[in-house]
Amino acid sequence: MTQRTRNWLLLAPAGTWFLVMLIVPLTVVLIFSFGERAPAGGVVPAFTFEQYANLPARWAAFKNTMTLAPVGTLAALLIAYPLAYFLAVRADPKWKTILLVLVIVPFWTSILIRSYAWIFLLGGRGIPALLGWFGLEGIRLINTPFSVLIGIIYGYLPLMVFPIFVNLDRLDKRLLEASSDLGAKPWRTFMQITLPLSIPGIATGCMLVFILLMGEYLIPALLGGGKVFFVGNALVDLFLQSRNWAFGSAVAVTLVVIMLITVTIYMRLINRLGASREDVSIM
Amino acid sequence: MTKDHISKQKFLEELRRYKRGSITRRHFLNVTGLGAATAVMGAALPGLRPTPAFAAGDIGDRVILATWPNYHDPANFEAFTEATGAHVQMNVFGSNEEMLAKLQAGATGWDVYVPTNYTITTYVSEDLIEPLDTSRLPNYDPSAYDPRFAEAGSVDGKLYAVPKDWGTTGFVVNTKHTGETKVNSWKQFFDMTRDSFSGRTMVHDYQLTTIGNALKYFGYSFNSVDEAELADAEKLLIDCKPHLFAISSDYQPALRNGDAWMSMAWTGDGKQLNTDMPEMEYVLGVEGGELWSDYYAIPKGAPHMDAAYALINFMLDPKVNAKEVLAHGYPSADAHTNALLPAELLNDPILYPAQELLSALEFGAAVTLTDPNRAELMARFKSA
Repeated sequence: MTQRTRNWLLLAPAGTWFLVMLIVPLTVVLIFSFGERAPAGGVVPAFTFEQYANLPARWAAFKNTMTLAPVGTLAALLIAYPLAYFLAVRADPKWKTILLVLVIVPFWTSILIRSYAWIFLLGGRGIPALLGWFGLEGIRLINTPFSVLIGIIYGYLPLMVFPIFVNLDRLDKRLLEASSDLGAKPWRTFMQITLPLSIPGIATGCMLVFILLMGEYLIPALLGGGKVFFVGNALVDLFLQSRNWAFGSAVAVTLVVIMLITVTIYMRLINRLGASREDVSIM
Repeated sequence: MTKDHISKQKFLEELRRYKRGSITRRHFLNVTGLGAATAVMGAALPGLRPTPAFAAGDIGDRVILATWPNYHDPANFEAFTEATGAHVQMNVFGSNEEMLAKLQAGATGWDVYVPTNYTITTYVSEDLIEPLDTSRLPNYDPSAYDPRFAEAGSVDGKLYAVPKDWGTTGFVVNTKHTGETKVNSWKQFFDMTRDSFSGRTMVHDYQLTTIGNALKYFGYSFNSVDEAELADAEKLLIDCKPHLFAISSDYQPALRNGDAWMSMAWTGDGKQLNTDMPEMEYVLGVEGGELWSDYYAIPKGAPHMDAAYALINFMLDPKVNAKEVLAHGYPSADAHTNALLPAELLNDPILYPAQELLSALEFGAAVTLTDPNRAELMARFKSA
């Protein structure tokens, strides 16, 4: 067996998986998106751009997703970074494992059940009632964009914490000592050493959370009361209620394209940021 | 009735205690007289004789049922498993559209499902439903059913589905928040939503009822597919949307904990809420609304056909069906079943509304299920 054949054989499982589970379904979706809705639902083959022309009818869903996904990612980053920093740099090594496990523990329960718990926490008898005792009457939390945002941050926080933690944990602590020996104040050390070196972790965390959020369906459905609508919810409705597979496919293709464009721009930005970091460290 | 007859209040108290699990089923049947009634009727009516027992494994070890939430007495399924050896696996759905979508996509693995009257012709034309062989359903006695709630089960003279129960679609309102106002119309439902009940109203996540009841606001037909009328309904719904608490067919929790004060509702939920919280009133709009009937049917290609017939036949047994009615609070159209139910339940105004309210109601029409404009209207309303 030549090296070449062996390489192909080794690639075969992943390649087959990629073809059957990704390329074929995406092609089907693309073909459907040029079709028309069958009279009782489903799709009849055609070649029309009618479905794409109809996209503005889901403008609100795209707008909600494109607002809450980046805002949720950013909020998760702002909360996750100090936590990851504490775990990696500050925490006493003998507590580190336990604290890390505590971050993972919520993952042992389904997100569905945890979101249900939030329904009660955010409902009239939960946090709003508590605020009522302090004189803040009539606060509505459940079924608002804010409650969806809380659910998103809560659900996705561990996914943001881990890449940043791993990154900071591997950070060569001698660099921090060197920086302080050379007279840098802690804040300057953080800005010039720690933060730039943790950019790969931030980039990975943001990417993970953002991509998953763009396809989010469950949290808006449960904590948004069917009123805060994401593209994911629009897709579920199109396939499971109105059975308009053609339009559903067009919405799905559009979402994939938007995601590809956003991620490409994002990668470019990160790379440029990485390059400028080199300049900073040389200086 | 005889001296066994217990008062309505006493019966409902016992029913509540039974539901909470604080008394056993046997105790419940004894004090309410249902146990004795069952025994007497069982001997008198041929249809009530015990179903022949199956040897374990005859019909396979499972049967998969696609149905609606809060719609069965779990004890009946346990009894079925005991009698046949087949375990009942339940899939719960939120709308007929969702059931149809799953069947159209193919290979659901369901053996029995519970379609609503207006969907059956579509299932027949899409070839997604199995014609029923009545020789395998000895408990099915067509003459015992009120034809209004049985006729949608047959298409072109062929039987495809047998009646489960029927009901109405109205709304539940928490009268603690209505003051002196008597609420009795869809006009009030949508007007209050945009006024004193802002942020407190729920509508179904279901095109048929949400659009249908919005159409009733204008006095149009519940089933309208007229473009101008649908445009009016859409305008009303989108106008109401910022004032809604939620768009969801799971409305009991929010009504019970006080977050929501009013919601579109089906008979059984109205009954369950009213029983536990008397301030929850079940209202049928004077303009009309929906009258419906649900059926048991077998989808094409059901993997456990024998078990499917066995389960349907078991559920049609009036003794079993009477327990179902007590659990879900929807009326049955089967005279044999009703003969086993207490008079109090048969006179309950939530289950059996006054004739003038009932005659204003319409059965859902098949066209609403497949009409692309209604489907798209609902989706636009939700994503607005």
